[in-house]
This record gives sequence, C-alpha cells and structure tokens, in this order.
Amino acid sequence: MKQKIAIQVDDLTVAYNYKPVLWDIDLVIPQGVLMAIVGPNGAGKSTLIKAILGIIDPIAGSVAIYGKPYTKQRKLVAYVPQKGSVDWDFPTTALDVVMMGTYGSLGWIKRPGQREKKAALEALEKVDMLSFKNRQISQLSGGQQQRIFLARALVQNASIYFMDEPFQGVDASTEIAIINILKELRKAGKTVVVVHHDLQTVPEYFDWVTFLNVKKIATGAVKDIFNDDNLTKTYGINYKVAVNK
Amino acid sequence: MSITEYFSLIFSDYTLRNISLGTAVLGIICGMLGSFAVLRKQSLLGDAISHAALPGIALAFLITGGKDSNVLLLGALVSGLVGAFWIRGMISKTHLKSDTALGLILSLFFGFGMMLLTYIQKQPNANQAGLDKYLFGQAATLVESDVMLMIGVTGVALLVVLLFWKEFKLLLFDQDYTKTLGFNPKFIDILITFFIVLAIVIGLQTVGVVLMSAMLLAPAAAARQWTSSLAMMVFLAALIGGFSGVFGTAISATQNNLSTGPVIVLVASLFVVISFVFSPTRGLLFKQIRLIKNRRDLKLKKTLQFMYGIAQTHENIDHPHTIRILNNFQGFTKKSLRKMEENQWILLNKQQWSLTSKGFKEAQNLFNQQPQHE
Repeated sequence: MKQKIAIQVDDLTVAYNYKPVLWDIDLVIPQGVLMAIVGPNGAGKSTLIKAILGIIDPIAGSVAIYGKPYTKQRKLVAYVPQKGSVDWDFPTTALDVVMMGTYGSLGWIKRPGQREKKAALEALEKVDMLSFKNRQISQLSGGQQQRIFLARALVQNASIYFMDEPFQGVDASTEIAIINILKELRKAGKTVVVVHHDLQTVPEYFDWVTFLNVKKIATGAVKDIFNDDNLTKTYGINYKVAVNK
Repeated sequence: MSITEYFSLIFSDYTLRNISLGTAVLGIICGMLGSFAVLRKQSLLGDAISHAALPGIALAFLITGGKDSNVLLLGALVSGLVGAFWIRGMISKTHLKSDTALGLILSLFFGFGMMLLTYIQKQPNANQAGLDKYLFGQAATLVESDVMLMIGVTGVALLVVLLFWKEFKLLLFDQDYTKTLGFNPKFIDILITFFIVLAIVIGLQTVGVVLMSAMLLAPAAAARQWTSSLAMMVFLAALIGGFSGVFGTAISATQNNLSTGPVIVLVASLFVVISFVFSPTRGLLFKQIRLIKNRRDLKLKKTLQFMYGIAQTHENIDHPHTIRILNNFQGFTKKSLRKMEENQWILLNKQQWSLTSKGFKEAQNLFNQQPQHE
C-alpha cells in the first residue's frame, strides 16, 4: 500500500502528575482512512487526540501533519470535542456556533462576513440542520448538538478531522447521519480519526483502527488486526466479539 | 432634595454631575465586563480581585504618603493584578479547585490590607483619615479627574471588547477549540482578566472593596434572563449597570445620609429580582404559568383522546354519545367539557357530546406535535 502519511506521532508521552496517561506512543496514520481509536476507560484515547492537537502539553514526543510540525499545519486540522465539554446554555444560536469554524482562517480581530456565513449555512445543510439555524443551542437535543459540532468542523474545510466520541448519547438516526458524512469525507481523500466506544460497530464503520491502553497495542487495517487477540490485550479480559469472521 | 430637583440639578451642580456621570460609567463598564465573568463561571473572581486590591491602596499610601486617588488606584491595580494572576496560577498548577483558590486569595489579601489600614490609622499623622472610604466606597468624593479616568478606561475597554469580540466569544464558549484554531487562549484570558481588574479598580472609590463584585454580577445576571444572544446580553448588562448607577445616585442624593455605593448595588439587585421573576422565557412567574397551562392542556387532551377512542368505533366521527359514557374515565369535569367546546373540539347537546372534525384532527396529531417554543 503506497499511501501518503497524514499524521505521524513519535514517542508521545503524557502524564498527569506522576501517573503516565500515554506512554511512548508511535503512530503512523495514512491519508484517507477512517480510523477508530478504541480502548477501555482511562486508556488515554481523548488525551491522545488532545495531545496531538496541543491542547495538552506532552512530556515528550512530536507530532507531524503531512511531514511538518502540527503548529504550522493547524489549518489542515479540524477538531470535534466531546459535546459535554461545553456549556450549552451559552447565549448563542446554532448558526453562530458553526460560524466559529471560520474563525481560524480569519485570524485575529477580522470579523466573519457573508462568505463565512454562506459556508456555515452549507455546513448546516450537510448535517441536515439548516432549519435549526436560528435555534438557541440550549434548545437542541443531544444529537442535534453533535451535528452542530460536526458542522462547525466541516466549515473548517480541513484535510484531517479529529472527533472525540461523536456517537456518545446520540440516537440511531444521528449516528447513521454522522457516519455517512465521515465516509463521504474519506471518499474525498480526507483522514478522519474518531475516539470510539462501541466495538460492535468498528468493522462496519471504520477501515483503520488503533488499540490503545496507555501504550499503543496495535494499529492497522481493521481487516488485518481487529481480532480477539488484540482486543484481549487491550481490554485485559478474554474478549470475544461476534463480528469476527 | 426631591427627585425632580435632582434631575434638574444633575447638569448644573458640579458634584452631582460628577457623581451621576461616574456611577453611570462605572455601571456600564461593570455590566459589560461582568457578562464575560458570569459566562466564564468566574463570578467570584471579581470579589476576590476587589478584596485583593485593598493592600495595594494601603501600600501606595505608605510609600507615597499622599492620598491622590490616581496613585492609590495604581496601587490597587497592581495588587489586584497580582491577586488575579496568583489565582490563575494556583488553579492551573495545583489540585485546588477555583473556589478554594479564590477564597484563599480573597481572605489573604483582605486580611493583609486590613492589617495595613489599622497600622496606618495608628500613625500620628493627620493625613491618614479617609482611607477607609475604599472599604465601602464614598461616591461624594469623586472629582472631575476621577470621572475622566473612568470614562477613559471604559472607552478603552469598549474598544477592546469590539476588536476582540470574536475571540472573546470563542474562548467563553469553547476554550479547547479556541486553541486548535490557532488562537492563544491564555492571551485572550489575560486580556479579559486585565480589563475586569481595571473595571474593579476604578469602582473602588465609589462602591468599595466589599460590594464591588455585585456591580459586576448583578447587571449580567439580570441581562441573561432577557436574551439569548451574547451581544444583546452584554449591551443589556451595560444598560442595567448604567441605570443602576444613575438611579442609585438619585435615591441616595435625595435621601439624607444614604451612602451611594450600597444603594446602587441594591438598585442593581432589584433589577435581578425583577428579571428572575418576570422574564418571559426564563422568569419564574411565566415558567410556572406555562407549567400550569400545559398541565391543564394535557388533561383536556387526555379526555379528548378518550373521546377519540370512542368516536373511532363509529362510522361517523360526529356521532353523539352520552356524557355518562365518560364516567369510567376520570379526568373530565363540566368545566373541562365546556373548555373543549370553546376549543371547537366537541359539540355539547344536553347530556350528549360529539366530536368535531377539528377535535378529531387534534386527537390524531397529538403525538406528532413539535414544541412551539423557541
């Protein structure tokens, strides 16, 4: 397989106080994959994404996006945080939140104009939320909030998308809508990295997977490495999934 | 002095004009920046900072020996900033929660400030009198240069808020995301904090260390009840703050011996109470009214649903039935039947009722309705 490398992580180590949360992670993610990060609670899945994005300072290690340091490539990367990480009672509308996705390309002080608004409306349409554009964000359901967050990332028009548990607390129709959008992104040659909890859906949704439990257990194509052996190594129990062929 | 006299004097009387203008401007800047503090869930930050400013005032007096308010406020600014960034550092570097850090800094600085004040008061120097006005504020001591300073600071703060509006909003809503977009959240945070400290410092002479945080919080809390747009909230908070300043001054000027600062705070708090009760969307009153109305509405619809079930068994939906048939269903009264007739859901004819087509449709769509509130 001759693919471009989208994300390369070397020796990444993160610790809160004395407790290591991520230990010496090496990771190479090729362009154009839809990758799940799986692992038990406390395995450092969200931390891995946050450390790659520079939200958390790692103790050691480096991250390269298309061969250059992440800080030089920010515009190529979009982030969808866990929806529980913000206060949805904040006084603003759905459209306004999606507009925030344009702020990065605008830079300091410059204000969003018609072009940015048009892009935000298009993104809202993609996640099927156009009719909610003027809705107070506190009046949105969990699934709708997640769609708004996804739209905000889509507006960034990035090459790489990091998503932290996008399927948590959303209903089936939203889950399907989101995964379809992610598959479209992959088709367009984008790379999507998703922290994921539901092991049953991994083979159906993703083509690439990383097993994580403080250390990296394995990474590769789902069809090659998504097996009981790796699951047992990651989760520490004798794991049997019905999905294995 | 009566209120009308006050408003006629407000433009001609030097002292009154200064005080009114000063308190109005103070209310505006506090309301504006207080909105950011409230939305960042740092409501207590203002309280900690204002208390932290006290030792700065005392130290500035001890060092210069003078009581020039600009010098004292500079001291307040420095110690307020030290307090604010000490709190920030404590929260990010230790396991302490923010309320603990705020409480610690507040009492530490305030205790130190009080100690210095009592020390100063025991000095055999006649010049020390009047420093304690910074505890509870004394608007009457405002002179034109103080008011000019307040206007200048407010102008700069307004400019900064307008310039960095987008960045402020982003940080207030989603700090992690702010960083991934390439903005430095620390810089934005320091900018907001710096101006909050400035607003507090210029209010110390008028409202005082102890009550200053209310000037930040009350207008913002009141404004939040009326709007769901950040821009509107900041604007309303500034407006409420400004009004509280003017009205508070008016009340304290027309009643003898009422100190201005506390009255302003009370007026602002009155705005809070009114907003919490009477705001149409978030107010307690209308919430309760909506709740009762919805309950009553649902009871009616339950009865309607029952009738719909009966009507469905007949070919004509408007086939009349006796009211007695409803007896095995608890939940109707004469009053509710009349209300249903008013809604044109049913027709009443002596001891009989029949469903109208409107009522039939209403019952059919009962579970497909979208909530109407925005």
